[in-house]
Amino acid sequence: MIEKKTRLLQGNEACVEGALAAGVTFFAGYPITPSTEIAELLSLYLPRIGGKFIQMEDEIAGMAATIGGSLAGHKAMTATSGPGFSLKQENLGFAIMAEVPCVIVNVMRGGPSTGLPTATAQGDVMQARWGTHGDHPIIALAPYSVPDTFYTTIKAFNLAEKYSTPVVILLDEVIGHMREKIEVPDHVDGIIDRKSPEKSPEDYLPYEAGPDQAPVLAKFGSGYRYHVTGLTHDFTGFPTTDPKQVKYLMDRLNNKIEMHKDDIIEAEELELDDAEIMVVAYGSVSRSAANAIRSAREAGIKVGLLRLKTIWPFAEKHLKKYADQVKAVIVAEQNQGQIVYEVERLIGCQAPVYAENRYDGELMKPEQILNRIKEVYRNA
Amino acid sequence: MLNDLKQYLREDKLKHILCSGCGHGTIMNALVHAIEKCQLDRDNTVIVSGIGCSSRIPGYLNFNTLHTTHGRALAFATGIKLADPQLKVIVITGDGDGSAIGGNHLIHACRRNIDITTIVFNNNIYGMTNGQYSPMTPVGSYASTAPYGNIDRSFDLCKLATGSGATFVARGTAYHVTMLTDLIVKGIANDGFSVVEAMSHCPTYYGRKNKLKSPVIMMEMLKKSALPLTAFEKLPAEKTEGKYAIGVLHHEPAPEYTKEYDRVIEIAQKGAN
Repeated sequence: MIEKKTRLLQGNEACVEGALAAGVTFFAGYPITPSTEIAELLSLYLPRIGGKFIQMEDEIAGMAATIGGSLAGHKAMTATSGPGFSLKQENLGFAIMAEVPCVIVNVMRGGPSTGLPTATAQGDVMQARWGTHGDHPIIALAPYSVPDTFYTTIKAFNLAEKYSTPVVILLDEVIGHMREKIEVPDHVDGIIDRKSPEKSPEDYLPYEAGPDQAPVLAKFGSGYRYHVTGLTHDFTGFPTTDPKQVKYLMDRLNNKIEMHKDDIIEAEELELDDAEIMVVAYGSVSRSAANAIRSAREAGIKVGLLRLKTIWPFAEKHLKKYADQVKAVIVAEQNQGQIVYEVERLIGCQAPVYAENRYDGELMKPEQILNRIKEVYRNA
Repeated sequence: MLNDLKQYLREDKLKHILCSGCGHGTIMNALVHAIEKCQLDRDNTVIVSGIGCSSRIPGYLNFNTLHTTHGRALAFATGIKLADPQLKVIVITGDGDGSAIGGNHLIHACRRNIDITTIVFNNNIYGMTNGQYSPMTPVGSYASTAPYGNIDRSFDLCKLATGSGATFVARGTAYHVTMLTDLIVKGIANDGFSVVEAMSHCPTYYGRKNKLKSPVIMMEMLKKSALPLTAFEKLPAEKTEGKYAIGVLHHEPAPEYTKEYDRVIEIAQKGAN
């Protein structure tokens, strides 16, 4: 039987516990509110297990050193918040292009600019999707509770290693700083470690992907000498401008995520079986939404919740399942409306889609969502 | 000798992209000779670069090579070295990559004294993007973004590195090749952060903009401007204009970062038990 310890932890602490359970051994970052607890705790824990922690000179360097640590064979992560996430975008793109596994935690605070450093927000969901330049795929996960943060962080490392790609964790500030009961297991099954090349160094081609479209990058110093670049490259890793090779790489990067959507995407469907109204929410807002749908049900309104746990790639299948059944959709977000456009694009022609938002730094309360459910129900 | 050196090159990736007459190939040659002298193991050596002409060089070298984003080579390299201190890490950067966009990373790598050897290929200009002025372009020189003459004062990169805490700082030139090789050997041998500023020349942009009509003229300039440290120090101040010292300019051992981190691990593990 797996031993579990009941603890009272913050989301940021649960993120650290999850990272350790997943096998993190390298962290590079830069101090920023409201993510700093993650760095502080890893500076304490990593050396105890022989891992490495470094506080770099800036956010850009934090991302760069994380990629370096990963290329040297470590499970590597960094943590930041809005302004730092902006600064990390170029090197995040490098990690996507060079296919370097790593985890980037963005504890979301109010923006733009310095904004509201200590207040909660969900304003970075589109930045997570398109923040770095050029076409690219991305995986972004959004936990909704302290226990969920633990398991989401493990999942982030697993996906990063499995698909040789960076994975973003979008944590609402309020999830990062809220304390909740969590059962931390002594051991977690299903941890995915990096593959080693099967071929000899002479026959090894770093970017020759297997059927799963993911490359196997040998760790530096393991006898496989190869070249890593952010330039468009062929399967040898060296730069190319050959249109065929360029298209092949761009397609493979995208397919690597697209073809594994079912493995990557997670969403919870609450009371949707007979729902006439669907609320779509993620992170902390999905908790208020869960509360609101319970109250609405008590008042006789058939409403359900689609809780997105994976933001990118988008849970298209889950959403479309209810598109013909529901009379209206409400997308509740702690921003001025970002994911609502994705929902509208996918099912807007089947059901009207309404945005319910709050972006003043205060939590979106269940009453706000409940009132909107009632209003939409009356007019539906 | 030549056959011994060939093992360090990816011959199938040559010819290189550098312009004819460029000093960078000569500096790459000095680096390869230095690697041979130090008998660095190819599998355990990582060569990291940023963006620019010099930063394309790792592609031609038969090691673990990493061509990163503009200015960030040292930050990537710091991650690699800390993650696996057994690896020998060499960074190739240029004057723009290393002292402008990457200037912050440079001073902090110096401060940490992490065991990385950085070769700054200084051709006083942004070559890759057609000859804009860099923080190493002399005042009064012309560049594609300084059509009326450059008014930006330039860095003394070696003083900057020394002041920031690098434990080995040297300057050489693409003209004084044997000496440059020797300086890189010493840089690699230093257990800490080493900076070797390698003065280069860009006939395509710097030369053309500044009426230096041929690579030969530019190499003669390197010969005339560079003075061994002892000779340079004897010059009266008024005669130092346009001249610079070459050789080992600073060498002062200090605790190396990854070894210090090993001590952190030791302390943390004692505390945990």
